[in-house]
Amino acid sequence: MTADPQAATKTGYDAETVASLTADATAIMARYPDPRSGLLPMLHLVQSVDGYVSRDGILFCAEMLGITAAEVSAVATFYTQYKRHPNGTYTVGVCTNTLCAVMGGDAIFDELSDHLGVGHDETTDDGAITLERIECNAACDYAPVVMVNWEFFDNQTPETATALADKLRLGDDVVPTRGAASVCSFKQMSRVLAGFPDGRADEGTGAGEPTLVGLKVARERGWTAPEAPAAGGAAEGAAAGQTSPPVGTPGSSAERKPATSSDTETGKDKKPGEDAK
Amino acid sequence: MNLTPVLTDTWDKDRSWRLATYERNGGYAGLKKALTMEPAALVQAVKDSGLRGRGGAGFPTGMKWGFLPPPDGGPRYLVVNADESEPGTCKDIPLMLASPQHLIEGVAITSFAIGCDHAFIYVRGEVLHVYRRLLNAVEEAYKAGYLGKNIQGSGFDLDVTVHAGAGAYICGEETALLDSLEGLRGQPRLKPPFPAVAGLYARPTVVNNVESIASVPAIVARGADWFASMGTEKSQGHGLFSLSGHVTRPGQFEAPLGITLRELLELSGGIRAGHELKFWTPGGSSTPIFTQDHLDTPLDYESVGAAGSMLGTRALQIFDETVCVVRAVSRWTDFYAHESCGKCTPCREGTYWLKQVLHRIEAGEGQDGDLELLVDLCDNILGKAFCALGDGAVSPITSSIEHFRDEYQAHIDGHGCPFDPSASALFPYTPKTRTPGALTGAGAGGH
Repeated sequence: MTADPQAATKTGYDAETVASLTADATAIMARYPDPRSGLLPMLHLVQSVDGYVSRDGILFCAEMLGITAAEVSAVATFYTQYKRHPNGTYTVGVCTNTLCAVMGGDAIFDELSDHLGVGHDETTDDGAITLERIECNAACDYAPVVMVNWEFFDNQTPETATALADKLRLGDDVVPTRGAASVCSFKQMSRVLAGFPDGRADEGTGAGEPTLVGLKVARERGWTAPEAPAAGGAAEGAAAGQTSPPVGTPGSSAERKPATSSDTETGKDKKPGEDAK
Repeated sequence: MNLTPVLTDTWDKDRSWRLATYERNGGYAGLKKALTMEPAALVQAVKDSGLRGRGGAGFPTGMKWGFLPPPDGGPRYLVVNADESEPGTCKDIPLMLASPQHLIEGVAITSFAIGCDHAFIYVRGEVLHVYRRLLNAVEEAYKAGYLGKNIQGSGFDLDVTVHAGAGAYICGEETALLDSLEGLRGQPRLKPPFPAVAGLYARPTVVNNVESIASVPAIVARGADWFASMGTEKSQGHGLFSLSGHVTRPGQFEAPLGITLRELLELSGGIRAGHELKFWTPGGSSTPIFTQDHLDTPLDYESVGAAGSMLGTRALQIFDETVCVVRAVSRWTDFYAHESCGKCTPCREGTYWLKQVLHRIEAGEGQDGDLELLVDLCDNILGKAFCALGDGAVSPITSSIEHFRDEYQAHIDGHGCPFDPSASALFPYTPKTRTPGALTGAGAGGH
């Protein structure tokens, strides 16, 4: 690195920005055995500075990793959280995957779209809100769900969602149902996603009502998991007598030939049709 | 059947996500015990417990660990799949929000068992506060000596990196996840070699789901027999069952495998008042749909499979009689078309055409022969795609045509959808006229 950081870069960033980006990217790359693993967090980092994956950001990542800008672009265009044009201060995402959609998500999106005058992946003129249709965000027991900068706003209606959007445009704090005490900006969020904590982990709740509904029933009915057997137990039994060959030695399962379809289908979660193959 | 809170047992405590709370409730007893055991004995204990992958595929967890080749002096990795994105699936995210230490302890034990000194947790990027909680949980565990150098004086070292994804369902497929973690586009790899042989950085790697790994500490602390005493003969232990949709009290229910939807509905107050069950998914949108006929099917791997579906992620999405099955399936198809990574032709092109045909049926422009066309398209994807995403895409279509063929035909014959979309919502509203192109966007686009 020369005394003038700008001399070493084709990006248009000023020296101060280059220096801080370089320090952060170096910290990111150090988390992984292979620095290339740092590309996804580095793209989040770029968004924390520019509010989207800019041309300069792509060049910066390429220079840091010693890869081409095309290779960085290939990655940046694959993932939906990377924005190719300046994002609003807040991404408002309405889940319109099936379950949320039928329970009201479609109505919420249509109402917000009319109210804000923008469609999917479009930003309001004041730069406050980018509206999105989003896919299932793992909160189906709180449907219909709206995410603001990827914080949960559970059990929404068209009225609550438009009120939420109005507050965001006025710059008022809004409080997620399950999340931090307020919603940070898109840039601040992106910095956290790059792996730099903002000290807000202890804010907010641990669980909403649906998360606890089964536990509550169990408590009411006095149900618990079975008692563990008295000292010892099978794990120690295994340690004592039934030890299998160490992993990877002849006779262990590492040597076992695939015998059924399930042996060769350790892939993704889910997936019907496996048995049919 | 009684509920069996194990993973959920600490979720109602004050500041449940903190390490101190977890320790006060017995946390890290499993790790302390594990560090006194031989790694091979830990692998055996997990095999004996009968624990099977909780991410959907149901592969025996201990066996997966056992597939690692002999140590060759190079690194071996544990990668936790926390990319929970299967529509309907909502168990790992609340687990990590409420009690991330369950996962961290499981990561430490598993890493010790398989000889790993650097583990990764790949969490989807669209859950900001969960990522905060995970980063914080790892930091707390380092400070307490549960991670880092010479853990609990055992001589065992372990680093844990929590990595945020950036929005791509396909990264839940384990080899796509590994490519993504290597900084590439998240596209699946050809198997073999399996990750156990050539995974992250082409090194031996175990990829396990969050709930699977979080289940390990109690197996070690309380014993494999304790775990196996729950559930059925071949589907052992406890699992999180996530009820969503048209039920009175949706949410998480931790129960032995083998509980039925009828039992779960009783615990959740039943279908919403004044309505009745129409169809449901037993394990997310990629598992063929069930109907009222399956209320008493035991929700274990074998019984659900024998009934023509898959246990999947135990994501029970419940739809009552107000829901148009064509609308539901069409939207899931938009999802698969959007999330298809584009690597293989049957999935990339097939999901695109499925979407077109379903959209026209839903819009009242269906033609005679469209159902046969759909089934034919599905036949050209199922088992012919590079990974399981293509298989998942066809299952809602083929299963819904099987159960509700007349409803599809009514859309074609009646030139429109006979359902009022507002009837299925939880609030009253007047549907806006859908303008052409209104469905462009996440659900309708593509990479």
